[in-house]
Amino acid sequence: MSVLEKNDAEELGQAEHHEEPFWRKYIFSQDHKVIGIQYGITALLFLMFGFCLMLIMRWQLAFPGKPIPVIGALFGAANAPGGIMLPEFYNQLGAMHGTIMVFLGVVPLLVGAFGNYVVPLQIGAPDMAFPKLNMASYWVYAVGGLVMLSSFFVPGGAANSGWTSYAPLSNIATSGQTWWLIGMVCLITSSLLGSVNFIATIFQLRCPGMSFMRLPFFIWSQLVTSFLLLLAFPPLEAAGILQLMDRVAGTSFFMPSGLVVSGQILDVAGGGNPLLWQHLFWFLAHPEVYVLVLPAMGIVAEVIANNTRKPLWGYKPMVYSTVFLGFMSFIVWAHHMFLTGMGTAISSFFQTTTMIISVPSVVILSALLMSLWGASIRFNTPMLFALAFLPMFGIGGLTGLPLGLSASDIHLHDTYYVIGHFHYVVAPGTIFAIFAGIYYWFPKVTGRRMSEKLGKIHFWLSFVCINGVFMPMFVQGLAGVSRRLYDGGSQYSHAQGVLEWNVFISMFAWGLFVAQIPFIINFFVSIKKGVKVGANPWDATTLEWAAASSPPIGHGNFPEVPVVTRGPYDYSPNDSDQPFLPQNAAPQEG
Amino acid sequence: MAGNSVEEIKKETRVYILVFVALAVLTMVTVAVSYLHLSFIAAVGLAMFVATIKGSLVASYFMHLISERKLIYGVLMLTLIFFLALMLLPLGGFLNSTAT
Amino acid sequence: MEIPYTVEARPDTGLYNSKLGIWLFLASEVMLFGALFSTLIILRTGAQSWPHGYDLLNVPLATLNTMVLISSSVSMVLAWAALRLNNFGKFRLWLGTTFGLGCVFMVIKSIEYGSKFSHHHYPSTDNFYATYFTLTGLHGLHVLGGMIVFAYFLGPGSKMWKTKPEQFTNRIEVVGLYWHFVDLVWIFLFPTLYLL
Repeated sequence: MSVLEKNDAEELGQAEHHEEPFWRKYIFSQDHKVIGIQYGITALLFLMFGFCLMLIMRWQLAFPGKPIPVIGALFGAANAPGGIMLPEFYNQLGAMHGTIMVFLGVVPLLVGAFGNYVVPLQIGAPDMAFPKLNMASYWVYAVGGLVMLSSFFVPGGAANSGWTSYAPLSNIATSGQTWWLIGMVCLITSSLLGSVNFIATIFQLRCPGMSFMRLPFFIWSQLVTSFLLLLAFPPLEAAGILQLMDRVAGTSFFMPSGLVVSGQILDVAGGGNPLLWQHLFWFLAHPEVYVLVLPAMGIVAEVIANNTRKPLWGYKPMVYSTVFLGFMSFIVWAHHMFLTGMGTAISSFFQTTTMIISVPSVVILSALLMSLWGASIRFNTPMLFALAFLPMFGIGGLTGLPLGLSASDIHLHDTYYVIGHFHYVVAPGTIFAIFAGIYYWFPKVTGRRMSEKLGKIHFWLSFVCINGVFMPMFVQGLAGVSRRLYDGGSQYSHAQGVLEWNVFISMFAWGLFVAQIPFIINFFVSIKKGVKVGANPWDATTLEWAAASSPPIGHGNFPEVPVVTRGPYDYSPNDSDQPFLPQNAAPQEG
Repeated sequence: MAGNSVEEIKKETRVYILVFVALAVLTMVTVAVSYLHLSFIAAVGLAMFVATIKGSLVASYFMHLISERKLIYGVLMLTLIFFLALMLLPLGGFLNSTAT
Repeated sequence: MEIPYTVEARPDTGLYNSKLGIWLFLASEVMLFGALFSTLIILRTGAQSWPHGYDLLNVPLATLNTMVLISSSVSMVLAWAALRLNNFGKFRLWLGTTFGLGCVFMVIKSIEYGSKFSHHHYPSTDNFYATYFTLTGLHGLHVLGGMIVFAYFLGPGSKMWKTKPEQFTNRIEVVGLYWHFVDLVWIFLFPTLYLL
């Protein structure tokens, strides 16, 4: 059956798209699958790059003032004379690590790569609604990434005011900040184009029978995510434009009057409002947290439903919670700003909304946990990563509660506790979900399965190492170690008791790097030598598995338009003796 | 959306001209009022009131929102909600300045 | 295989793709300008003194510009109506008019900017001029963007009328929606910057 489908599809593909030249087919491609792969490769490279920046920082934190071994000479006298990292360089690495991981790594992977590749397939569409826009979205992203990378080579180096670029510090920073802003405007534009495309595609191109309550949960998460990107990113674009004006045209949007820098009053008009930057930044950046998490939950839901061999427990509450999360995420932003002196009335408002928004997250997590009840679970690599997501995200979420209350936040604000908290959400949370997604959909993209043995080595090493990295940060943070210290806190007496953890964390961080090697080997070797599989190797029900393995490039993913007859997770159905029924299975008789 | 018959399009065209006249008159009104130099609050209220009428005329007729599909209304309602959330920004600053 | 619903509307949503697309785009634009408006409000309410727009800016010129932009919106809907009446000649006339009015708007704008610069009023002068230049500048960029699209549909883009008239009409409707939005933003910018 699947072989037949594949042959049909290949013939169809060849007949229609034979004449496309190489650069149209693979470089400036308008096909969502190729664009998804382009996004995936680029974003994985950026993820690796951003990770390496952190590995260099960890040396300085563990052994402050000691020359970086082996690669120390590569950074030049301007950044690391004699291999010893300068504070300015440390700041660049920190700012760029955050920026690259969030805006160039994780979001493009979740939305650009998985969204592009999977969404049209899962809803039975021939492609995205606007293929040209899709192509533009990728290339604008690529330009934005290039601008960010090249900013390392301008005088003064890359942006060094943290990934949040708080004004007025960022206003008076070296020229790398201007590049950062230009890069951000590109990335935001790319996201906007993408989100318009996703929403239009999900509304317009669902195949017959695919009603909203039959959408796989992954699609729901992408839909809500796209709305967040669509409506939350423009305020940051506005903020970026304003800061660009401040830096280039000499305006004072974020410059207060009488600002003294290096003993001299700055020659600007003044009258600006530094808090305004924080408001506009977090108006985006808090919904951005949900952009980082919701698609991850979507991936985990797909993998869990597939490997528990039963329907998701509480599909509808999960959908409603996701939508509610989307709404609430727009009115919690100022919980990042409790310590700015914005006033107790506002703090109370935002801590209340913050407590409310934790409810739907818990609903989704509980529903996923309950889905495991009574299942005969298949512990393959994607499932291991998906299962690890649950407690890891749980730790990340629960440690967020003390940060959301304005009183306890006074102690914890800007310490390593915060770092530990959001990394638990994003690193062993979201990035583990990304790995689950890669292992899960790899056979669809390439027609071959990744090695289970290497996959399990990758999982267990990563799992141990990543906890070794982030768990001690809670201890350091509770002791009051600030997150932005160049020497890891060795100058401060209150940090002395927890300093030894710095070496521990760094060791595990480098261990985490080593743990990725089996994945990289697995990834490339499996493309060529993985076990060949049919169209539906996981016995899954959603529509992407109805298309041929490695579907032919060109609009039109399915040999014929699928017709959906049932919900997304019809595993072990009651009305049939089949072990599972795909969404497009013919209606059961009797 | 309105139908596509010649008759209906001709009728629409007449509406467009009427809307244009209304917009022109309202522009004159709002400019004229500005010369009165009213108190700031009154001036803001009046200017925004007129601008909102003009804006709704453009949106309803030129952008034919008056006969649009539910999905578009849904998207715009959503945008409106988040736009209002955005307006919490200046409101927050205002509340703070009065509360302390 | 073609992407469905590029021309005809999908029955359950009642929309063709690009119409939903442009409205989504406009929604994001609302948030962009909304953020800038709230910036203006925060800066103005937080400032110790803030000049009245009518004391520093050229109100008659801006009123004229408002009229120009409103007229261009009308010529835009007339262009779309002409297409729906299968009158391609008239369509070109009205779209050409819209393009021309866009040019007039930009010329008047540059005269205004020029006179500010000649009096040494720059964005860096104070936050009043900073918001004025940033907001009108960004709006001007939107006008320019619209004009580029018009030029395309007057020139090479108009070929589509012969092959796919319905899709071409849809495209004109969509670019029209964008243009009216640019008009709408100006309707709010004009009083906030010039009249208050």
